[in-house]
Amino acid sequence: MRSYGGIALVVALLACVPLLTASNVVLNFMVVALLIALVGQGWNVLGGYGGQYSFGHAAFFGTGAYVTAILQVRYGVNAWFGLVIGIAAGALVGAVTGALSFRSGLRGSYFALVTLAFAEVLRIVASVAPITGAGVGTLVKLDLRWEAFQFQSRAPFYWIILAFVAVSLLIVKRIEGSRFGAYLVAVRENEDAAKAVGIDVVRVKLSAMILSAAITAAGGCFYAQYFLFLDAGIAYGPWISVEALLAPIIGGIGTIYGPLLGALVVKTLGEITKLMTGHAPGLDLVIYGAVLILVVAYAPRGIAGLLERYRAYWPARRRT
Amino acid sequence: MLSPILLIPAVLNGLLTGAVYALVALGLTLIYGVLHIINFAHGALLTCAMFAAFFAHKMLGLDPYLAAVGLTPLFFCLGYVLQRFVIGPAAHGEDRNILLVTLGLAVVIENALLYAFRADTRTINLSYGFNVVEVGPAFLSVPRVIGFGVVIVVALALWLLMRFTDTGKAIRAVAKEKLGAELCGIDVAHIYAVTFGLGTACLAIAACLLLPTYYVNPHAGNAFVLIAFTIVVLGGMGSVAGALLGGLIIGVVESLSGLYLGESLGQVGIFVIFILVLLFRPSGLFGERA
Amino acid sequence: MTEILRVENVSRRFGGLLALDRAAFTADEGQIVALVGPNGAGKTTLFSIITGFLKPTEGRVFYQGAEITGEPPHLLARRGVARTFQIAQPFTGLTVRENIAVGSHLSRPSRAAALAAAEEVAKAVGLSDMLETPAASLTVAGRKRLELARALAIEPKLLLLDEVLAGLNPSEIRDMVPVIQAIRARGITIVMIEHVMQAVMSLAEQVFVLAEGRIIAMGPPDAIAADARVIEAYLGHGAAQRMRGAAHG
Repeated sequence: MRSYGGIALVVALLACVPLLTASNVVLNFMVVALLIALVGQGWNVLGGYGGQYSFGHAAFFGTGAYVTAILQVRYGVNAWFGLVIGIAAGALVGAVTGALSFRSGLRGSYFALVTLAFAEVLRIVASVAPITGAGVGTLVKLDLRWEAFQFQSRAPFYWIILAFVAVSLLIVKRIEGSRFGAYLVAVRENEDAAKAVGIDVVRVKLSAMILSAAITAAGGCFYAQYFLFLDAGIAYGPWISVEALLAPIIGGIGTIYGPLLGALVVKTLGEITKLMTGHAPGLDLVIYGAVLILVVAYAPRGIAGLLERYRAYWPARRRT
Repeated sequence: MLSPILLIPAVLNGLLTGAVYALVALGLTLIYGVLHIINFAHGALLTCAMFAAFFAHKMLGLDPYLAAVGLTPLFFCLGYVLQRFVIGPAAHGEDRNILLVTLGLAVVIENALLYAFRADTRTINLSYGFNVVEVGPAFLSVPRVIGFGVVIVVALALWLLMRFTDTGKAIRAVAKEKLGAELCGIDVAHIYAVTFGLGTACLAIAACLLLPTYYVNPHAGNAFVLIAFTIVVLGGMGSVAGALLGGLIIGVVESLSGLYLGESLGQVGIFVIFILVLLFRPSGLFGERA
Repeated sequence: MTEILRVENVSRRFGGLLALDRAAFTADEGQIVALVGPNGAGKTTLFSIITGFLKPTEGRVFYQGAEITGEPPHLLARRGVARTFQIAQPFTGLTVRENIAVGSHLSRPSRAAALAAAEEVAKAVGLSDMLETPAASLTVAGRKRLELARALAIEPKLLLLDEVLAGLNPSEIRDMVPVIQAIRARGITIVMIEHVMQAVMSLAEQVFVLAEGRIIAMGPPDAIAADARVIEAYLGHGAAQRMRGAAHG
């Protein structure tokens, strides 16, 4: 699966889903799972490959979502333009927070703390600022035309988010085979050694952060179009920061398909929880938190890591 | 705007609030100073303690100050168990993993409380809850003055513990030089757990002090914990004096910015300080280099 | 002989501790220079200052005639100054080939080219049959060679080796000496911090002795070995006298 052909195959298979089922429940589940896969892939670029764990990816998600929603609602900007500007805005937030953090040499826990703080600041500001509708939130007007990036049925939404995910898979694949990717991983493994071989560590981290933010912001923009409602807790809340890191960690941190696998697992867990206990708020996150701890304790390289371990045993068994 | 009639009460109230912040921060800085981990679960544990104190009052009719006597050892044990049997083993000693495990714990605890008790805000009503004592131009709420006193006592008790008991010396040894301490026969895993337990015990006391004048809901702890992080970073990670001084300073800053900027933006002010300190002076006033 | 490195009156304080006290030395192009001295003398600190990981409290460093004091490590690496670390710092999650390739990438944007170049460098240091081994499972000797390989991969003109022979057994040391000589034969200047005296004697043309932050002696290896001040620095006050007394008596 380590080739562009592999990506094409996976995407083609996934594209068949709306052709195989008309169930809105299934389609909705898959749309949300792919959305988390996208946001998770964004996190994966910075956290998985770069080794910089952000606990505040909501900052980019929410910025993408709010920018595109506000542009449409208050300024009549076309939704597709809104998408582009939303991604740029998210990337800008990434650039600013990254520049501030990395220039100051923040790493590890301190970096995680700062990202958490930035996301919280944005959440608080969004919850009181008039432009976001403060406590009431922002409602994107229903306008079911493809020009307005809204569709009557879920299938077009599904194919669009799948396209976004496909692009993110290609981006990560490209990174893996490039000098930037080698430098990113070197920075993750040993910053001092990286400097000693000529790597501009700050620049590498910053580039990763900007890319990561842009991908995540695209997810935010999509969310705004699909759900048509935002408030500060949705846009900048901890739920998305947690899911953004949970998906890649479960699926396999620092791998191409990790976030996709992980997102499917996370969302399936969420559905199972809902089926068993109803829509009580909070229980799904409890499960997610517990799974996070278990994965870190027993399978730190996620599903991809387990598959690798299994593959290492298999040839030996066949020989005997 | 700057008249003493407004300023003095704001400052005094700030000091009283700041003392409780300092207690929360004290737990956090203790854990960092010894285990060298940033405990992302601190806020959730505080919320947990507040719920415990709330229900102690509601179901057992216990006055929060009395409840503290029972809750403190209980939460010490909780912290001990969490560090010894969850965080320590799961993390395999790697920094990145510890980050994720404490985050996971935070998510589990906070959302378990959300699931069990819904998002409603609860308060308790004490007979003396609204009593005030007059100090100059200020009317200070009695529970908060008591709170201030208790924090001083706790800080003193911790200092005595660290200075004069064997456990305290062991804790200081592990904080300074873990390998050497281990070679001297100190059970590091046990000391780590004891320290974590002390941190959560501080939270239990803080929760009981806050209950008379504050509300309880599953997100309450978070509000305090970002403040606690700001204090710890300002005062210096691992510095007890820094946590206390920082707490008082932040309490006053919050009070004054609440006076001039209004409630919700006051919170943002604290975050901004937090981010600024992290970016420009992460070692804080008294602490070690980040 | 053109001078490639000049360290001028470099001092470095850490709080109350004066780790380096007006240390100075030079290296000419194509030389192998050794920096020796008892533990804690400040040798690694000096390396860190030369390569930009630390700033000196006083003093200046010149490379190829231009001042480089305080420039960041990655810029110096790009200009041709490479270093190894006293405690080997591999990229633990990567294989030997991937490790070296990170260095090769400096002048090669293409992944394929960097990986191929890494193979060449591995051959030069004798790691050819370990290319796919994860760096984490190398022995000490392997890690030292990897350190060396990675530094060579950036095609430096000046190579600073920090105790590259430490922890090696005598046969491993014997294998490394020709590797180092071969590197110099390619025109790379080498400055080495070393405790293994046999290597210093057989490799270095010029030796500088650092003790308590100060350069106390300089010269060719045999002169240094007989220098009383050097003996005292290693063996303590009066040792030179005692040794002379024992030799005569």
